[in-house]
Amino acid sequence: MKRTGLGTALLGHGLAFVMFFPILWMLLTSFKTEIDAFSMPPVLFYEPTLSSLNDVFARGSYSKFVTNSVITALGSTILCLLFAVPAAYQMSFHPSKRTNGTLLWMISTKMMPAVGVIMPIYLTFQYLGLLDTLLGLTLIFFLMNLPLAVWMLYTYFKEIPGEILEAARVDGAGVVEELRFILLPASIPGIASTALLCTILAWNESFWSLQLTAVDAAPLTVFIASFKAAEGMFWAKMSGASMLAIGPIVVLGWMLQRHLVRGLTFGAVK
Amino acid sequence: MARPAGSRQRWTMLALVAPAVGVLLIWMIVPLAMTIYFSLQRFNILYPERFGFVGFRNFQILLNDPLFWSSMGRTLILVGASLAVTVILGIVLALVMEREFPGRSIARLMALAPFFVMPVVAALVWKNMLMHPVYGLLSWLTSSLGLPVVDWLQNWPMTSIVIIVAWQWTPFAMLVFLTSLQSMPEEQKEAAWLDGANPLQMFFSIILPHLSRAITAVVMIESIFFLSIFAEIFTTTGGGPGQASTTLTYIIYARAFLEWNVGSASAGGLFAVVLANIVAILLIRMVARNMQNPEKFG
Repeated sequence: MKRTGLGTALLGHGLAFVMFFPILWMLLTSFKTEIDAFSMPPVLFYEPTLSSLNDVFARGSYSKFVTNSVITALGSTILCLLFAVPAAYQMSFHPSKRTNGTLLWMISTKMMPAVGVIMPIYLTFQYLGLLDTLLGLTLIFFLMNLPLAVWMLYTYFKEIPGEILEAARVDGAGVVEELRFILLPASIPGIASTALLCTILAWNESFWSLQLTAVDAAPLTVFIASFKAAEGMFWAKMSGASMLAIGPIVVLGWMLQRHLVRGLTFGAVK
Repeated sequence: MARPAGSRQRWTMLALVAPAVGVLLIWMIVPLAMTIYFSLQRFNILYPERFGFVGFRNFQILLNDPLFWSSMGRTLILVGASLAVTVILGIVLALVMEREFPGRSIARLMALAPFFVMPVVAALVWKNMLMHPVYGLLSWLTSSLGLPVVDWLQNWPMTSIVIIVAWQWTPFAMLVFLTSLQSMPEEQKEAAWLDGANPLQMFFSIILPHLSRAITAVVMIESIFFLSIFAEIFTTTGGGPGQASTTLTYIIYARAFLEWNVGSASAGGLFAVVLANIVAILLIRMVARNMQNPEKFG
């Protein structure tokens, strides 16, 4: 099966190119002028310009959307880790009869569709003054990703030999020292992957951000969705803004690819 | 790692899990209970004075609404068609990307990239730059080939949305299948080759059975995501033209945020919860089976 052939290479690169093409086209458009972006037949050779990207940055509000995305994505990720690391530690190293049940129940909370509970959340947020606030959106992203974070960390912690922790305990380390000096250093790759996955999912989330934010706390998803009304007017700017929004996430995603399956399938496929 | 735990120890342990379990418990129970409560009320934010218990009226009205049934049908079409496309293309891509060829890792990264693209961005790029009837690349392509130009989102709204969704999710299917293919014992394949199996026999009697668990996982996880697809429809067709691309999620959104009818939106929301849970229970069973026999992973 592992034969190398020109045919395989052509097929592989061809398929990859087709999948990647829409992203490439957007990248190319983001360096065009608005006039070139519109010309038919499409302009393939052009003088790349940064004018569209500059225009995006010049819109004072753009940096606010980026800031909102960064704060909500990172904030929810940190919250996730704060809650998930202790829970995953306890479940993987000191399992009780109820541990498996708890883990399964945690996935089930992830299966609740957002539309099923959007009304109560909206009304509660309205009542508590959390609508269109960074705190509100961060909380939602945190709750949305928590089960995933617990599961992913659980599967990573399971791979660390319990004897290391046991030895530390015999030497008189308490739970806090054990977590801090033994477990965390040993599981940095797992924790980093979990954090990346939480960040990506929060960054790309659109349903909750579209419904719960308007102006003040609106992240990039909401900003880019606003281009839908300006159809056919600002393609180069739209492409520029989109590239800046997806660029870092695509790179993070590439770094994460090996761990993605474990995180998103709850270990059902390995 | 069972060891006698003093009661102080037990409290420490409880304190570690309790926060995560606590917030998830609240997150699950409170909104769901409120949705059930609202679904039994006449409740429209625009007319707050007409609030009151109506029993199952919201459900009755919903079930008698032809739009509800047609949107349910479109939801199933969207889920079914996207599943079929992503699984088939995912297997093809995984089989190709598993073989060794120069530049394979770059090809893999390129094929994987769409999965990380924000749904809103994916929808806008396809809508404006590829599927646009005048300036879109696809219409330029079809017209240069002498074929009629298609206004994708107007003429074939559901097909267009399936294309966008499949583009985003095929990489995920590919990745899961690749992971599964890599866990396949090499000897098994070699033995089959030595027995003189042709590639087709090889695929249907060795590779496909090996992939069955991965396919089940992809189908269940994608179903749960596809059932609540929103951004792609919101940014492209807005449920139209007419109601041609209104799915269950979209109709609930419209009831909630365009009509502000909380009662009706909640009743619809409960349908979505039930639908997702049917799929989820199967998925959880599969994961639970894995937990009991960890050696059977893959």
